[in-house]
Amino acid sequence: MSMEFLVATGVGMVTATGVYLMLRGRSFPVVLGLSLFGYAVNVFIFLMGRLWTNAAPILVGEGPVADPLPQALVLTAIVIGFATTGFVVELALRSRHEAGSDHVDGHEPGGPRS
Amino acid sequence: MSGAIVAFWLQHAPVLSVVLPLLTAVVLLLIGDAGGMAGQGGAHDDAPLRWRRRISLASASLGLLMALGLVQHATGGELLVYRLGDWPAPFGIVMVVDRLSALMVLLTYLVAVPVLWYAASGWDARGRYFHAVFQFQLMGLSGAFLTGDLFNLFVFFEVLLIASYVLLVHGQGRERFRMGVHYVVLNLVASGLFLVGLSLVYAATGTLNMADVGQRLAQLQDPHLLFARVAALVLLVVFGLKAAMLPLYFWLPGTYAAASAPVAALFAIMTKVGVYSIVRVHWQLFGSEAGSAALAVADWLLPLALTTSVLGVLGALAAHTMGRLVAYLTVSSVGTILAGVGLFTPQALSAALYYTLHSTIVIAGLFLLVELIAAQRGDAVDRLQPAHAVREPVVLGVMMLFGAASAAGLPPLPGFLGKLMVLEASSGLLAQAWVWSVVLGVGFLTIVGLARAGVIVFWHVQPVGGAVTSGSSRRLLAPVWAFMALTLALAVLASPVKRYTDAAAAQLSAPADYVRSVLGADALGRSTTRPYGGRRAPMSQEKPP
Repeated sequence: MSMEFLVATGVGMVTATGVYLMLRGRSFPVVLGLSLFGYAVNVFIFLMGRLWTNAAPILVGEGPVADPLPQALVLTAIVIGFATTGFVVELALRSRHEAGSDHVDGHEPGGPRS
Repeated sequence: MSGAIVAFWLQHAPVLSVVLPLLTAVVLLLIGDAGGMAGQGGAHDDAPLRWRRRISLASASLGLLMALGLVQHATGGELLVYRLGDWPAPFGIVMVVDRLSALMVLLTYLVAVPVLWYAASGWDARGRYFHAVFQFQLMGLSGAFLTGDLFNLFVFFEVLLIASYVLLVHGQGRERFRMGVHYVVLNLVASGLFLVGLSLVYAATGTLNMADVGQRLAQLQDPHLLFARVAALVLLVVFGLKAAMLPLYFWLPGTYAAASAPVAALFAIMTKVGVYSIVRVHWQLFGSEAGSAALAVADWLLPLALTTSVLGVLGALAAHTMGRLVAYLTVSSVGTILAGVGLFTPQALSAALYYTLHSTIVIAGLFLLVELIAAQRGDAVDRLQPAHAVREPVVLGVMMLFGAASAAGLPPLPGFLGKLMVLEASSGLLAQAWVWSVVLGVGFLTIVGLARAGVIVFWHVQPVGGAVTSGSSRRLLAPVWAFMALTLALAVLASPVKRYTDAAAAQLSAPADYVRSVLGADALGRSTTRPYGGRRAPMSQEKPP
């Protein structure tokens, strides 16, 4: 089994788990799903710079060097993902407070709408 | 002195349009916002609030002036390229002003200034930090339109989205938080997909600079070609969600109807960011010159756009509140615009750009108008059910008639001209029958939907129970008049505007000039970047011969 296959399968599984959780009806699993999806996307960005073994992460000496650009992209993506996850947690809490239900539709299934 | 200012502006124009709202927002944050006083009626007259309004309006007006300057400069056809930190393209980030970007920035400010004016007569006191977040929104919008780098486009998307999350729940209330959760979650998923699309572009081409990507796409060979085509489709999903294209528009009506009036009016430009990105990426980068990767989405875009238009107008017919009616008209108009884009001819693109200008301005005006009407209908608010008469039937009725006539596309208003241009551009093409029947049918159904709303609100009135409400204040009416005047100006100035959009479309169909301006005169056809292979070439080989 190649390294590529292993990492690609891992990304696929994490994405699948994230999508499954995002399709739940409560806001907590949805937020968890978003986070997992975000992790999968971040690793995916790394993969798109190819997998490197025995390569320096930064420019040193004469040997091969891993692609530096995806590292910078991932860093930006992580920072933005962290901020937005923080925001969505706060928003979900506030929505739970306003609606009295943590269902994403703002009311319990089958319960009164308003 | 003024000469020095103009010279400074010319040198830094692209970045100034982003930095100005950023600095204004920071200043507004530093001034602070005590907030929470509106309920007690105390916030209306306090001095800091008045200063926040002045600063915000002054900054937006200055931004409008700079946007006019950008358009003035872009009219000549010369691209304004700004290399941040003076890093050479494609290694650093560039900002590029071409005709399309300048036009979109101008449109942003044309919507933002009246909306801000409207918000300054009360809405901004119903929550905290309205003006600061509004400026961040403007920063994100200008940045997204001006950047010449795909990853930078993602970053500005995030800036404008985060600002829009906060603006959407401005004024609070249960419905806004409920729609806010949906809106935020959907957009976070879209952001994830955006990153997937971008990294696929990077894997295929080894670069994210737009000019460089466009150039590399034409040279791609087989394994990388597949990456590029997949990337084009993934990005279409992302931009389609922002633009509210067919399977992805279901979030829009509820969200826009729940937002406060000025925010919904500002959001009229948000769907156009998606349209702009589709034009920039799928029209320019994956355009007809992109070799085997060319027109990767052509099979999808036109059918989806036409269906969006039809479903949008059906939603408008079925809407039970005026807010949802206007929101569905947004969806329908985006369908018409994307149909123009999806025809993939310069003439159709020009028509689509003209229609974009018109639909953004009219819909922003209608969102504001709906609130003015709702405020005078007592408990019925904006629900489409008989209620007592509005207090100012003449003024509001004329405004409604004007907006409705233009949205539906009746002559001599710009909606008619825009649709006529789309029809003309599609004549002779394979899809002509589809485009003509959809555009004309949608126009008819739009008239029916808006007439239904007008009849219920203005004619089907109940004589009793008319609680005496005060009329609209002049400060609230003026921004709506401003949108009407802009609509009228778009009809009167149709010829120069059309010349400009024609030139913009021509510029986008000749990406060679774009490449030359961004990457240097000798860059054309030269292989600049490729997916990184880990081997470093000696420095001397990097120099062009």
